[in-house]
Parts: sequence; C-alpha cells; structure tokens
Amino acid sequence: MRRILSIILENEPGALSRIIGLFSQRAYNIDSLTVGTTDDKSISRITITTQGSEKILEQITKQVNKLVDVLKILDLTEVSHIERELILIKVTANNEKSRAAVTRVTDVFGGSILDMGKTTYTLQLVSSTEKLASFIDSLKNETDIIEVVRSGALGLNRGDKALRV
Amino acid sequence: MTNKKMSGAALVIRALKELNIEYIFGYPGGSVLDIYDALFVQDDVKHILVRHEQAATHMADGYARATGKVGVVLATSGPGATNCVTGIATAYMDSIPMVVLSGQVPTSLIGDDAFQETDIVGCSRPIVKHSFNCRDAHKIPEILAKAFYLAASGRPGPVVVELPKDILNPALEFEFSMPTDIKMRSYNPSKKGHPKQIKKAAQTILNAKKLVVYSGGGVVLSNTSEQLTHLVESLNSPITNTLMGLGGISGTHPNFVGMLGMHGSLEANKAMAGADVILALGVRFDDRVTNNVNKFCPNATIIHVDVDPTSISKTIHAHIPVVGDLATVFSQLQAEIDSSELQIDRASQEDWWRQINNWRDQKCMSYSKDSQKIKPQTVIETLYKVTQGDAYISSDVGQHQMFAAQYYPFAKPRQWINSGGLGTMGFGLPAAMGVKLAFPEKESVVVTGDGSIQMNIQELSTCMQYGLPVKIVSLNNRSLGMVRQWQDMVYSGRHSFSYMESLPDFVKLAESYGHVGIRVDKIEELEPALTKAMSIKDRLVFLDINIDETEHVYPMQIKTGAIDDMWLKKGVKA
Repeated sequence: MRRILSIILENEPGALSRIIGLFSQRAYNIDSLTVGTTDDKSISRITITTQGSEKILEQITKQVNKLVDVLKILDLTEVSHIERELILIKVTANNEKSRAAVTRVTDVFGGSILDMGKTTYTLQLVSSTEKLASFIDSLKNETDIIEVVRSGALGLNRGDKALRV
Repeated sequence: MTNKKMSGAALVIRALKELNIEYIFGYPGGSVLDIYDALFVQDDVKHILVRHEQAATHMADGYARATGKVGVVLATSGPGATNCVTGIATAYMDSIPMVVLSGQVPTSLIGDDAFQETDIVGCSRPIVKHSFNCRDAHKIPEILAKAFYLAASGRPGPVVVELPKDILNPALEFEFSMPTDIKMRSYNPSKKGHPKQIKKAAQTILNAKKLVVYSGGGVVLSNTSEQLTHLVESLNSPITNTLMGLGGISGTHPNFVGMLGMHGSLEANKAMAGADVILALGVRFDDRVTNNVNKFCPNATIIHVDVDPTSISKTIHAHIPVVGDLATVFSQLQAEIDSSELQIDRASQEDWWRQINNWRDQKCMSYSKDSQKIKPQTVIETLYKVTQGDAYISSDVGQHQMFAAQYYPFAKPRQWINSGGLGTMGFGLPAAMGVKLAFPEKESVVVTGDGSIQMNIQELSTCMQYGLPVKIVSLNNRSLGMVRQWQDMVYSGRHSFSYMESLPDFVKLAESYGHVGIRVDKIEELEPALTKAMSIKDRLVFLDINIDETEHVYPMQIKTGAIDDMWLKKGVKA
C-alpha cells in the first residue's frame, strides 16, 4: 500500500539519515523524498512516499516518531489531504510536427513550456503523482523523452487541520 | 562571580564533574590527548584504563546496570571508537544508560580520510538512542547535559558524543556554563498511563480466571521491583520473568514460576500458554520468549505496559496497550485495582494454582547427577550456596548464561548482569569489573566459559592495575557449548568449529597476571574451591572448572512451536 508520510523535525545535521536508516535497515525503498525548511528556520519538513506492509510501515512510523529530533509525524494517506508534485521534462522537439504535439499535450495537462532549445523543449507540470505519470506517457506517444526530474510528492491536510509544533 | 575560562578539554571534565560522574572507562589516543591532559590535573572524575575499548563499554555497562547510573566511556577517534561499537550495541539492545565520548580528527580534516578518522556517529547511528556531532567548544557542557539526560530518561540507551580535536585545544579558552534544566521540545517521554487504559487493564485483571504477570527488564530499569512484588502479592497471581527481568521479583518468591521462553521453566511457559489474561510489564515479546508468534498464547487478552510505544504491538498484538513509565503506571494500576468493586474469583484462581503446581511437580529443572563429571548446573547451585545468594552475577553468553539464569535465584533486581538482547560474548568479565568498582564490598562473580572468557581476557591486566578482586567461575567444556548443543540437536552432531583446541592453562594464565588460579576437576573439589575463592577478599580468583561437555541446557523450546512446545530432556517432550 502506498503511503505518504509527513514529518516535522529539528533542522539538525544527521536527522535525515536517522530517518532514512529506518527504511534501508528493512530493505524498504523510498519512492520519493523531499526535504526543506519551513517558515520556522529551526524546523525541517520531510515528505516520504513509500510502499509496503501495513504492519512494517506502522513500526517504521513509530520508530520515526521515537527519534529524538522528530517533532511530529503524520500519515497523510490516512487523512483527507492535498498532494502535489512538480516535474521537469526535456523532450525532443526538432520539427513542426513534434513541437505542435508537445505543445498540445502540455496544454491539455495544464503544464508550461519553460525553455526551448534548438531541438528540445523543457516542460513543467505541477499535479498529482498519478497525473504526472500520464503526462509522461502522453509525451512518449508524441516524441522522445531526454531527461526527467521530479520533486517527489508534497502534501498537506485538507481544511483547517495543520501539522505544526 | 566570573567564571574562570578553560579549554574545551577542561570543559568536558568539568561538565562530567557537574554531572556527578564518578568513573569513566577509556583508552587514550591522539585525538583525545587534550582530554587526558585535563583528566590528569584533577581528582574528581576517576579514570579506569582498560586494555581494549570494547571492554570499556562493557565495564561502563556493568556499572550502569548495577547502579542505575549512566556509564561513561572515553575513546579516541578511529579504531578506538569502532572498538566501542559492539559495546554500544549491547547497551542499546538492553536499554542501558551510557554515554560514549569519542574523539575525532580536527574539524578541518573531517571527511579527508585523515589518520584515525572514522565517522563514528554514522557507524553507530542504528545502535544509539541519539548522537551529537559537537562542533563548538562552548556548547560542550550543554551537549553533555543533553546526552546524559537522554541516556537516562524514558527508555534508557547509549548516546554517542563526537568531539573533534580542534575544539578541545588547550590554547583556546571558554567560560563554563551548563544548563541545569534540560528541555527538548522534540523529546517528551511519556510518564503517566492513559487513565482509560488503566481502568480497562484493572478490570481485565480483576475479571481474569487465569492471570499471569510477565515482567522484564523494564521493571529492573525503572526500579519498580517493590511495586511489582506488591501487585503480585495483592493479586496472588503467578509471575514469570524474562531473562532481563530476573530479580524483578525474588527468585524464591512463592508466586514466581521461573523464567519463561526458550530455556524457561515448564510451569512458566505452560502458564503463559494457558493464561486468559497476560499482564506484560516492561517486556518486548522477544523472539526468544514467544517462539512461533502465530501460535502465541491464543486465548489470552494481553495488557502491555511499556515506556516505549514502539515495543507495543511490535511482535504480538496488545489488546490493552498502556504507554507510560512503570513507576507511575504501577501506582495508577494499584490504585485502580484497590478501589475497584470487582473481586478476583478466588475459586478459579485456586484451580489455576492447582494446575500450575501440577506443572511445577514435574520438576523440569532436575538433572542427572550420576556422571563422574562435574555438571554445570551443580556448579551454579554450589555457587548460590557458597555466596548465600547474595553475589552480583555477571554472565557471558552461552550455555553457562542459561544455567546461571536457571539455577541462581536472584533475590534482588540489578543482581543479575547479562547481555540478553545482543548476546555479546566477552561481556561478563568487564561487566563484573564495573560492578566491583561500584560495590567494592560486594562479591562480584563472572560466570563464563572457555569460549567467552577469551573474548576479553586481556582485562585480567586491568583488574591487576586497579585491584579488582572479581571471582571468575569458568565452566570449561573445551567447547562452544551452546553452538555444540545446537549442532547436536539440529546438525546431527557435526561439531563444526565448536571445539576449542589449544586452550591455555587458565590457572597459569591468571597467575601470570598476578592473580590466583584454581583448577577444579573433581566434584568433591568444587565446593571447597568455591569457598576458598570467596574467602580471598583482596585478589582476583580464576576458577577453571572442568565440566561435562555433553550437557545440554533444558528445557528448550521446539523451533516453530508454541511457547510451551518444549524438550524437557534429550528426546522427552513436554
């Protein structure tokens, strides 16, 4: 089962590797990971997406919460939440046909063209992880993909609920 | 009053003094020379020079287990620090409060593969409660205050503090300032149990027909042995202890049914399997207790109290989880039970005790004494007799450890010192040395074997230097007994590398370090030798006891079976 874990923790060196270690120790793969400071510079927020057995993920969640640097952890998949991910893609766009097709696909998905090279376009899309996957598939039907980079999922509670210290 | 300024190295020692640290166990080296120089010019903190850093960690660990205080280790960077890793893991697995101060190469060289550089914080990350990379000298006292607070509070554990050489520099001086009250917003170990859960637990306990109390190392660590004994007596329930929990209630208490688990008693494992309610206190349902988790106590409602939420429902689902410090939870629970209108069903309880006494009558701990060879069980029973049950027993790991756990009833908590979680051979001797330092007037005995003792035997030298008259009871079977036992039982008797060839003459070895060595070959020599050893108060005595190498530890759980599926003797199932 796919999980999105939101963790807020002290912005200290080493804190991230303590969390990652709990996954790697169990040979659990992290599908995506994003880290950044928040409005409060002393606090970092991590979003991890992973999948695996519910029992083991529950144990990992408890272990993360137990780490001295960790302030709070929330399994976003258990609550009503908003999820977004950013993707940047460089694709071949070296003739009229491919340029038009790439522009059309990007428009349909609500993305934007950030840069144009002699033979390439660089595209951006912010959406759900699922929609990003279809964006990639649709582009593949029209042209060649040269490079992909994704931010990893970010998420927040819906409504007035918040994960704060 | 203006504070006298001092170097980073002096700040370390001053902070240890403020924290009332009596002993540190260590070994000098390049990166910590400034700390050693600061140690040299004061008398408040005593330093014990070991012969190997692993032994320093076990000494600090034994000291911590016996006293409840934090054990402190000082090691140099690189090999000094990596030698501590086994000892840190040992303390981590058994939740022992320990602070390891590790040197590090100067900040400017970190990451350059400098001489004696190791990322010890990285190496030890999965086996510490927390760790600190100290990078500012003026923060040393604050970081040490936090390290000791973390090590000792909540579920205790080891904390590593890395100190690069440049921040210890005697040429740079700082004011000493140490926080008296440590607060960390991200660390708030729970104290009180949730009142609703306590109420539920009390009702379930009082409605039980076949209650068993199953207590572990948490009772020892939280100093709640009296509350435990009071609770058990007020309920008149049977109680079993884990290997780590022995002494939590007196081993001779009439309600005590023995240790449970892999080498537990028949009555303890049967009682667990037959229970309708299990009150689990400061335990973690270790695989050496449960046997096959899918067959574990199917009829029992499980109440699990622990200070660490990660221990609860980790291997066995807890029907009534209670997160809290045992010291507080015991008073909550006792108050709830005492004020409840519910009454224990005494008739069912009598039936339950009758059943348990039937299991007891099978005398699972009896063993054959008809051989000419000395039986290991007899050695432990004689040791109990000669020390009147009053010695601190530190054990190594293997058959002798199980025999000690089974045949030496511990009257008090902290009397039994063993590496239960990690199972570290080489733990016993240094641990017993830490105990002896803490309680010089008490008898500190190591129960060991010819395999384990050789894993830290160099500490015989440290014993001589500091005059530590521990008593070593070595059950010599010329074998790695527990390995051999498994090879006998599971590998058709193929004794692959479990035979110790070229053993030293342990008597002469002890003598060469300046100690007393006694060899015991015959059963009639055993009690006089043990008596003589205990009568020598000012010297270390090494008893090399030639025991029956064919003896196995029984009872023993049958692999993949339920908790009470056990071998009672060779070929005899329970």
